[in-house]
Amino acid sequence: MNEEIKVLETYEQAVLERFPDWVRVDEREGYQGLLVESANLLPLMSDLRDELGYDLLTSLTGVDYLPEEKMEVVYHLFRSTGGAILEIKVQIPRSNPVVPSLVGLYPGAAFQEREAWDLLGIKFEGHPHLKRILMWEGFSGHPLRKDWQEVFYGDEKKPYEDRWPKGKTKKIEADNPYQENIAYPEGFNPETWIPEPAEFLFKGSIPLEQEEEFDTEKLVVNLGPQHPSTHGVFRMVATLDGETVVDLEPVMGYLHRNHEKIGEKNTFAMNMPYTDRLDYFCSMSNNFGYALAVEKLLGEKYHPPERAQYIRVIMAELTRVLNHFMAIGFFLNDLGAYFTPALYTIKERELILDIFEAVAGSRMMCNYFRFGGVVRDLPQGMEEHIREMAYERLPRQIDELDRYLVENEIVVSRGQGVGVLTPEQAIGLSAAGPVLRASGVPYDIRRADPYSIYDRFDFDVAVRYHGDVYDRFLIRFDEIRQSIRILQQAIDSIPQGEVLANKPAYKFKMPVGEAYGRVEGPKGELGFYVVSDGTDNPWRYHVRAPSFINLTGLRQMCLGEKVADLVAILGSIDIVLGEVDR
Amino acid sequence: MKGFGIIKGLGVTLKHIYDTYAEDFKTGRKRYYNEAGVRMRMTPDTKGIFTVNYPEERLPVAENFRFVPFLVYEEEEGEKVPRCTACGICSKVCPTQCIWITRAEDPETGKPLKTPAEFYIDIDLCMNCGFCAEYCPFDAIKMDHDYELASYDRMQNNIYDKERLLKPASYYAEIRPLHYAREKQAKAEEAAKKAARRRPRE
Repeated sequence: MNEEIKVLETYEQAVLERFPDWVRVDEREGYQGLLVESANLLPLMSDLRDELGYDLLTSLTGVDYLPEEKMEVVYHLFRSTGGAILEIKVQIPRSNPVVPSLVGLYPGAAFQEREAWDLLGIKFEGHPHLKRILMWEGFSGHPLRKDWQEVFYGDEKKPYEDRWPKGKTKKIEADNPYQENIAYPEGFNPETWIPEPAEFLFKGSIPLEQEEEFDTEKLVVNLGPQHPSTHGVFRMVATLDGETVVDLEPVMGYLHRNHEKIGEKNTFAMNMPYTDRLDYFCSMSNNFGYALAVEKLLGEKYHPPERAQYIRVIMAELTRVLNHFMAIGFFLNDLGAYFTPALYTIKERELILDIFEAVAGSRMMCNYFRFGGVVRDLPQGMEEHIREMAYERLPRQIDELDRYLVENEIVVSRGQGVGVLTPEQAIGLSAAGPVLRASGVPYDIRRADPYSIYDRFDFDVAVRYHGDVYDRFLIRFDEIRQSIRILQQAIDSIPQGEVLANKPAYKFKMPVGEAYGRVEGPKGELGFYVVSDGTDNPWRYHVRAPSFINLTGLRQMCLGEKVADLVAILGSIDIVLGEVDR
Repeated sequence: MKGFGIIKGLGVTLKHIYDTYAEDFKTGRKRYYNEAGVRMRMTPDTKGIFTVNYPEERLPVAENFRFVPFLVYEEEEGEKVPRCTACGICSKVCPTQCIWITRAEDPETGKPLKTPAEFYIDIDLCMNCGFCAEYCPFDAIKMDHDYELASYDRMQNNIYDKERLLKPASYYAEIRPLHYAREKQAKAEEAAKKAARRRPRE
C-alpha cells in the first residue's frame, strides 16, 4: 500500500525507472515533464496508458521554438482516477516536423492533432485524415508558426509603438483594404476552386458495420452551418442510410479568429479580457483558468489572498449554475419545446448576470480576475445578495425546473438510450466535464486534482451511469445542486481582507518557463498552456477548449442513431462556438 | 397515460402567466414602470415574467458598470483642464490598442507638456475591458455608463476625439459616487502624508 502511494507521488521517477533509455527529464529552466524521442513515442504512450494508467490525454499541442529551429509537441496526460499531470514532450526538427500519430491509442487526439497540423504544420504520421480543421483549404501557411505574419499587421508585439507617443490617427482599415488583405497558397485560385465533395470528409473514418437487408443508396445531409440547432455556425455532415446515421463529421472553424496568435501578440495581462470571449457564457471560469496558469508561472509571490480565493470560487460556481441553466434550457429548445423552458432558465441566469454586473462591471465579458487575486472587492451588500440567491432563490428554482422537466415524457423518450457514450469511449475520446461524468467516470478536477481552495468544500462529484442524452441532461441538475452547496459554504465562510496579492500592475517580471493551468469549467476541463521566454508577451499561449475536444466524441455518439436525434445529441454536449472555433 | 406530459406542460405555462398577472395585481399593475419597480426586479424574490420594456423602461446600471471610456476634466476658471498628463499608460495597456495619444508641446520651447494635444479612442475597437481606467495613475480616464452609442456613419462618428471624450468631474461623481468619494479620500490622505513628510524639514 505504502509503496503504491510512493509511486503515485513520484510519477515522473516511476516513468524514468521504467524506461531509462527512452525518456529524460526536461532540464530547461522553468520546464518540467519528460522528453522522449519521436521513435519511442508510440511504445511509451501505449505502456503509459495500459500499465501506468495514464488513460486521459487531455491536451495535445505544439510549440514553435524558432530560435532553436525546433518544434515541440506537448502531451498532457492524466489518470482518470485522479492525480497530478504527466507532461510528455517530443522535440523534432523544424524543417521536417513529423511525429507518430496517437489516434490509435487515444482517439481523443484526432481533432487536436488536426489542429496542431492546421496551425503549426506538424505532421502526424498515421493520422487517418490529417487535414485542416479550423482554417479553410485556401489558407496560406500555418499561422501559429513564429515566422508567419498576417498580410497586414501593425507590429510584432503589443503595445504598438505608433499609438503612443506617435499618436496614429486613422482607422485600421485604411491599411487593410478590402480584398487585398488575403494571401492564397501557391497555385490556388479562389475563382476556380471547387470545395471537395462532402464524401471526402469521411475519407478517414471507418464505416459502421451494418446488416444490409436492402441495397439502399446512402444520402449525405448537411446540418448547418446555418441551422437553428447548432447554436452558432457549425456544420454536421451526416451520411444517412434511410433515417439512420451511418457516418458523421463535424465541420467547424467558421468563427475562427486565431485566439492563440492574438494571445501571443498580447502581453500577459492583455489576454485576460480576451479569455472572456472564448466561452462567452462562462467568462469567470475562463478568467480563472488563465489566472491559474500565469500564477503558476509567476510563483508564490502571486498567490491570491484568502478573500480573493473565496470570491473566485463563488464566481466560478455562479458561472457553473448559470451555464447549466442555459444548457438545460437550450437542450429543451433542441427537443422542440421552443423557448418556453429556455426563458424560464434565462430568467435565473438574468439574476446571476445582475450579480456579475454589480461585481465585475459587465454582464458577460467580466474580465474580473487578475494575477494574484481579483480586480476589486465585492460591492456593499453583495455578500448578502449572493447568500439570498444561494439559500433561497437558486434551490427553489432548480427544484421547480426539476419538477417540470426531469420526468417529462417527451424528454424521457427522446433522451433515454440515445447517443450513448460508454465510459471507455468517453475516456478514450478525451471527453471532459458533464459529458465524461454522465458516462460513469467520476472525474472532476475540483476533486481529482484540486486547485484554488476547492479541497476545503464539502460536495459530491456528480456522476451518472448510462452515458446517454438523458443522463447528460440530468447531470446538469446534479451539478447545479452541488454548486449551490459550494456556494452556501463559501459565502458563509468568506473572510475579510485584501483581494489582490500585489499592487495592481500591468507589467510583470515573467520568469522563463511553462505552465499548464486547468479548471473544471462548466463545459469540461479548461486548460491554458503558457510558455514564457521572459519577455512581456507569451511565447506560446494555448487553450485546451472543452467544447472543441468534447466534439471529438460526437461521431461516436451519433453512429446508428436516427437523424432526428442528432440535434438532441449535439444539444446534450453543450458547446459554445466561440470556444470551439477560437 | 400518453399525452399527459403535454397537458402538464401547458399547465406550467399557465401557472407562469398567472404568476405574472397576480404579481402585477398585488404591486399595483405597472410594477416595472418606475425606479423602485425596476429595482425590485433584481431581488431574489421576484416572480413571474420580469422583462423590462426597453427603451421606455431601463434597468439601472450598477456603479461598476463599464462602457467606453471618457476623459475627466476639472473646471478651472471656465476652462476645461483634463486630468490627463499624456503619460501613455492607458494606450500601452489597452488590449486592442484603440487609444492614440500625442503629447502637447510648448509652442515656444518645444518641450513636451504634461497634457495631451490629441487623444483619440476608436470605439469600434474598444472592448470595454476597463484596463485604461484601472491602471490610470491620475484617475483621468474612466469608464462611462452611457451605452447608447449607435450612429449612422461609423467611419465619421466612431473615432472619438478629445473634445468628445472630455466630461466634467461632476459627471463622474454623479455616475460613480462611491468610486469618486473613495478616490477623493485617497487623494486627501496622500496629500496629508506629503504635508506631514514636508513639515519636519521646514
